[in-house]
Amino acid sequence: MNRFPLWGNLLVALIMLGGLVFALPNIFGDDPALQITREDGNPVTEITLSGINSTLEAEGVEFFEPEVGDQAVVVRFPDVASQLRASEVLGETLTFHIVALTLAPRTPAWLTAIGLEPMSLGLDLRGGVHFLYQVDLDSAIDQLIQTYVQDLRTRLRQETIRNTGIEIVGGDTIQFGVMDPETMNEAEQIIRVLDPLLLINRTTVDGQPGFQVQLSPAQITERQNFAIQQNTITLRNRVNELGVAEPVVQRQGLNRIVVQLPGLQDPAQAERILGATATLEFRLVDWENDPYEADQNNRPPLGSLLRYHRDGRPELLRRDMIVSGDQLTDASFGYSQGQPAVFVRLNSQGANRMLETTQANLRRPMSVLYIEEKPELIERDGEEILRNIREETVISTATIQGVFSSNFQITGLSPFEGQDLALMLRAGALATPILKVEERTIGPSLGQDNIERGRTAVLTGLLLVAFFMALYYRTFGFTADLALFANIVLIVALLSMLQASLTLPGIAGIVLTVGMAVDANVLIFERIREELRNGNSPQASIRAGYEKAFSTIADANITTLIAACVLFVFGTGPIRGFATTLGLGIVTSMFTAIIGTRAVINLIYGNRQVERLAIGGSGFKSA
Amino acid sequence: MLSSRSNINFMGFRRVAIIFSALLIVLSLGSLFSRGLNFGLDFSGGYLLEISYASEVDLANIRSVLVDEGFENPLVQNFGTVSEVLVRLMPQGATEDTETRDRVIEVLQTQDPSAELQRFEFVGPQVGEELTEQGGLAMLIALILIFIYVMLRFRWKFAAGTISALVHDVIIVFGFFSLFGLAFDLTIVAALLATIGYSLNDTIVVFDRIRENFRVMRRGTPEEIINASINQMLARTMITSFTTLLVLLCLFLLGGETVAGFALALIVGVIIGTYSSIYVASSSALALNVSPTDLIPVKREEIDDMP
Repeated sequence: MNRFPLWGNLLVALIMLGGLVFALPNIFGDDPALQITREDGNPVTEITLSGINSTLEAEGVEFFEPEVGDQAVVVRFPDVASQLRASEVLGETLTFHIVALTLAPRTPAWLTAIGLEPMSLGLDLRGGVHFLYQVDLDSAIDQLIQTYVQDLRTRLRQETIRNTGIEIVGGDTIQFGVMDPETMNEAEQIIRVLDPLLLINRTTVDGQPGFQVQLSPAQITERQNFAIQQNTITLRNRVNELGVAEPVVQRQGLNRIVVQLPGLQDPAQAERILGATATLEFRLVDWENDPYEADQNNRPPLGSLLRYHRDGRPELLRRDMIVSGDQLTDASFGYSQGQPAVFVRLNSQGANRMLETTQANLRRPMSVLYIEEKPELIERDGEEILRNIREETVISTATIQGVFSSNFQITGLSPFEGQDLALMLRAGALATPILKVEERTIGPSLGQDNIERGRTAVLTGLLLVAFFMALYYRTFGFTADLALFANIVLIVALLSMLQASLTLPGIAGIVLTVGMAVDANVLIFERIREELRNGNSPQASIRAGYEKAFSTIADANITTLIAACVLFVFGTGPIRGFATTLGLGIVTSMFTAIIGTRAVINLIYGNRQVERLAIGGSGFKSA
Repeated sequence: MLSSRSNINFMGFRRVAIIFSALLIVLSLGSLFSRGLNFGLDFSGGYLLEISYASEVDLANIRSVLVDEGFENPLVQNFGTVSEVLVRLMPQGATEDTETRDRVIEVLQTQDPSAELQRFEFVGPQVGEELTEQGGLAMLIALILIFIYVMLRFRWKFAAGTISALVHDVIIVFGFFSLFGLAFDLTIVAALLATIGYSLNDTIVVFDRIRENFRVMRRGTPEEIINASINQMLARTMITSFTTLLVLLCLFLLGGETVAGFALALIVGVIIGTYSSIYVASSSALALNVSPTDLIPVKREEIDDMP
């Protein structure tokens, strides 16, 4: 007799139940919504919340009760028009906040509470902008070698070692000759102290004994990673300004950064903001005058600059700059005596200035000023022109605790602030040029079209195949149809679980899976027919059909799975979406087509004497 | 309906099939070498703009207005409907990409104010080169991995048969795209890899049965056994190809222009893959003098010989 043990049936039922629950969040749809966050990353306050309510009520915009999350407030709207109107008015009234257009899923609270979410949609289905940037790694290495050249030149001069002049050869090597052979050892010592990682080679330069100093592979890799990381952070910070919910900024491959801005409609604006360049300056604080007074009069005292912190607090800075960003060689976050600290390194020129300043200004405050320049479109005489806008913000103020030069720490920060400051310092000091190598912009209506077309294609294909199977294999075909629907449910459940984004090629993968998933059932059913033809009893035929077809199904699916895996590993973007759904579909179809249909067939035929099987063909009888 | 008990002498026709396949391959390779592939944006680099209009537009007008504005060799075609237009431009020298986009829209909106940008894509030449390399590499690695897997499961003569069928399929799909000048982009590479997976699926199902029959029908010649196996699997091969083609046709007709090329590549791939799993794979194995010992792993033989 063909029977699954009780646990077998329960397992199938359990997996299907799980699949249904995980797939459930996808049937509710979305509301147009606004996501409001604070620029500094702190939670939104009650005051802001009541501000949102009163502003929207005053403007007569229809909206639903705002939902307060960990970081953000989400306000839903009945239609897109209200959403856009609200975005406009809130963008004007809420300063220091980011107002982003988004789609909020209508998933009921009890589902969200247990961590269930709908699939995320790719850019081609939602509309939005995709940029791919390439980081100029050569220039990052060049920057590094330039700092060594400068430092070395200064040190050699200080120690009065006469040389032939330092030159850069082959991108990652510097060389110089020494006039007096007696000073060779002294010169080598200087290089070693500069950075013990440098590879030193004694050679002859311009007929003089000299050195070739090469960057070690470790230094090169570190600098390259650093350049990419720093650009990623800078882009991420700027993306936040754009007011986009769920942006993606990610490293891709060796030297690329991908930026995805779902829902964004103006790529030109995005590019202006992403393309800003940043630098920074260390300045002494003007501690003798009151910044609040200067702020009120809007007139800083002579010799001082009036600047603002990110939270809007005014600060007076001395006009004389101590050190600028191009003199900073590294900034990293760490802990010093258990306290969060930012470790800063300056080149020798900067170190000298810092030494003089700290000697004269012990226990006085010093600030870091962050300067961003971005091109902005402005209207003048009815014509739109591009102009560089300069934005200066104080990002840190600390008291000078001791005399220091090339290496120092900034303390008195929270770990969060410390990490942020280190990143900002690097972003301001060590900008590595980036180049846009790819852009894809998809309008929102096209995205909606793509969703609808994809859905129609999947459903029509599914129905046609289901109809054919039921016609050709009767009862057995019907179980294969159940498996087919179950398969779709499981794919959707897995995609929701993994939060992998669904793209148009992904939908194509699902369509292909629908066509191929029935293959396993066709193999089994043809085998059963064959066994019946050979005169076996219905029960024995069912058993033999499933057992003999199994290794064939496994072989065939594993090879397709290999193809899907290769696609996943080598592909990016659209290809990966296709590989994901195809791969998942193969795995789930093995389960539904082999185990799922067997469970149903067993329930129908398993526990009784059977004369005939409704499997189509010429209506075989048992012998 | 298909008969489950067909008895067609497939291997008897194999000389005809070899000539047919050879012709297709010569045609494909000839076209690939003389005409080459119409590389899409992903590989060639450049710009692509999808623009929707309120009503039907004259493509020639759009093309001439773009040429007048100094855009070199613009490719203008309808996309899906008569009021949707796809404009493709090669990289425009030193011009900034954002500028190119804005200028094209400006030019087209001056000509017809209802022009609205639906989609814009820009691919730099660096990316194109890299994608070509990656695509080729992906296909090669897939073939090698599959060869290894089939070797492990079936011994080398069948693996060689499988791979020749796959290479056959890939060349013909390439040839199809070259011959008809269809845009060859990244999604087509994905379709080709899926075709490899599918064709393989078919081949393996037939080989599995050949292996089984070598064990059961000890007295038949290899040719007879292969024929019997193909006949036994014929119903399955046809039904699966039919259902797959059914959904692919849905995708081709209903999925929109963006996935049409992809669906078409798969449709051609599935048809060729079905044919090749019957003829190319089995004939190659037969040509290599496949015998029962090439198929049955030693361990299994021992088990079989037990009373």
